[in-house]
Amino acid sequence: MTEKKNKSMIQRRLIPTYIFLIIVSFLSVFPFYWMISAATNESIDVARGKIVPGSYALQNFQNLIQNNNLWGAMGNSFLYAVVQTVLALLICSLAGFGFELYHDKGKDIVFTVLLLAMMIPQVATMIPLFRMLSTLKLLNSVWGFILPSISTPFLIMMFRQNSRNFPIDTMEAARIDGLNEFQIFYRMYMPMMKATYAAAAVITFMNAWNAYLWPRVILTNPDAQTMPMLIANLASGYTTDYGLLMMGVLFCSVPTMIVFFVLQKQFAEGITGAVK
Amino acid sequence: MNNKKRMTLLQKQSAAGWGFLIPGTILIAITAFWPMIQAFIMSLQTGSSANMTWSEPIFNNYIRMFQDKLFLRSVGNTFLYLIIQVPIMLILAILLAQLLNNRDLKFKGLFRTCVFLPCAISLVSYSLIFKSLFATEGLINTILVNIGIFQENYNFLGNAASAKAVIIIALIWRWTGYNMVFYLAGLQNIEYSVYEAAKIDGANGWKTFWGITVPLLKPTIIMTFIMSINGTLQLYDESVNLTNGGPANATITMSHYIYNNSLGQGVANFGYATAMSFFVFIVVGILALINMKVGDTRD
Repeated sequence: MTEKKNKSMIQRRLIPTYIFLIIVSFLSVFPFYWMISAATNESIDVARGKIVPGSYALQNFQNLIQNNNLWGAMGNSFLYAVVQTVLALLICSLAGFGFELYHDKGKDIVFTVLLLAMMIPQVATMIPLFRMLSTLKLLNSVWGFILPSISTPFLIMMFRQNSRNFPIDTMEAARIDGLNEFQIFYRMYMPMMKATYAAAAVITFMNAWNAYLWPRVILTNPDAQTMPMLIANLASGYTTDYGLLMMGVLFCSVPTMIVFFVLQKQFAEGITGAVK
Repeated sequence: MNNKKRMTLLQKQSAAGWGFLIPGTILIAITAFWPMIQAFIMSLQTGSSANMTWSEPIFNNYIRMFQDKLFLRSVGNTFLYLIIQVPIMLILAILLAQLLNNRDLKFKGLFRTCVFLPCAISLVSYSLIFKSLFATEGLINTILVNIGIFQENYNFLGNAASAKAVIIIALIWRWTGYNMVFYLAGLQNIEYSVYEAAKIDGANGWKTFWGITVPLLKPTIIMTFIMSINGTLQLYDESVNLTNGGPANATITMSHYIYNNSLGQGVANFGYATAMSFFVFIVVGILALINMKVGDTRD
């Protein structure tokens, strides 16, 4: 009885907290709602302030695909993001594995030097990289897109840090059983590090899908463009068709939102990454 | 004999380790360190992409930079965003993490998902959404006119001060949940009993926040600070898509200006652009260093 009373008192004291959290949650979610509702309304209604969903979605969609290569951009974005994710996970997990489980003085020094690359801003490397890749004839290609992001200090650090839980004794046992070092990596390390791979995959996919500055530098051909580039172009004209624009934004956001809702835990782990 | 064989085995293993880490290491060297060296060399040169010659005097691009009013304005804008947005966002993020860390709170998961949701959208997408919401004929104007705060629609993005405010609001919206995730992870490492003890001692919410949460989260706070500085100094997507640097370059950021000078508007001013980007690099480094030094003082 008293406990029940106590509990309701605690909840009553939390009322200001609830109110604050409801307001913040509403402000966080509302732009998403507005995006969806605007995508279903005619531009003129959106401008008039209509916020309930309308019946103009199909028309907006048709207008969108009429003058824009929507499926091409979606396909490009998927291709780039998937290739980047697969390669980045492979290269960075190999490196993290090597740095942590074979570590010695030399490797630790190399690792420290690599961390310095985290401080290098993208704008500083983009011009030399652009020149390098244009000499290599890699502009407008998936390789040009992914090359600077295959190996990142962040992902290497994440795998290195999480490898601390990997039992070194079993490596010794595996060697006695006749496994070579690479077999230890893909037969033992990879299955055991599934959670880290999942988190790394989510964060890499999101980053690749959402990239904008580098694609703008490297993908000069309209046929090679990505979704963020396509929707940015929708808004660059003198007048904006809000219904059409938000339909484009919706298409650009749906894949990452699905990833977010299905793999939210992994996404959060991917963000905090190496911080343990 | 046996000992010798063991040594070679260890050496073999060490070599395998090197083999694992070399692809990633070489890639970082090629795509980060080598371009950085090239950027510095290029920053001492002049001319367009194909034929570049040494500047006269050699640091000419750097001298020019500090006389370029537009560049100085882009530096000012970027620092304005940094100084106003980052503290508000981080304090809000810590506060939300603290509130969501309460064991008695219901619907915790739902609130967390809502606050975290803005991270699910690309920077270009949310920039375009905010651009539309704050347009002269946008929803925010409609609401403000209807409830009588404004007499007529106001051109938020057409006025320097309000356009900057919109960028700051948008940034806070997009990144608060992101930083909150770090703090929530950090708070999980703090024993809940510490809070219970504080409660018994009669400390109120405000006191526990400044007395327990903030000091214990200090390493996390420093890290998020460094990351936010790094991110803000490289702002690009928002400047391009929300305001396009306007009105009249009033909201342009450093990265946006560098892009316009190199690959954006047909002026391949690579030497000058790399000099400016080297400046960004140095500022990022200095601020991160200060941050770590400040965070290191244990008292």
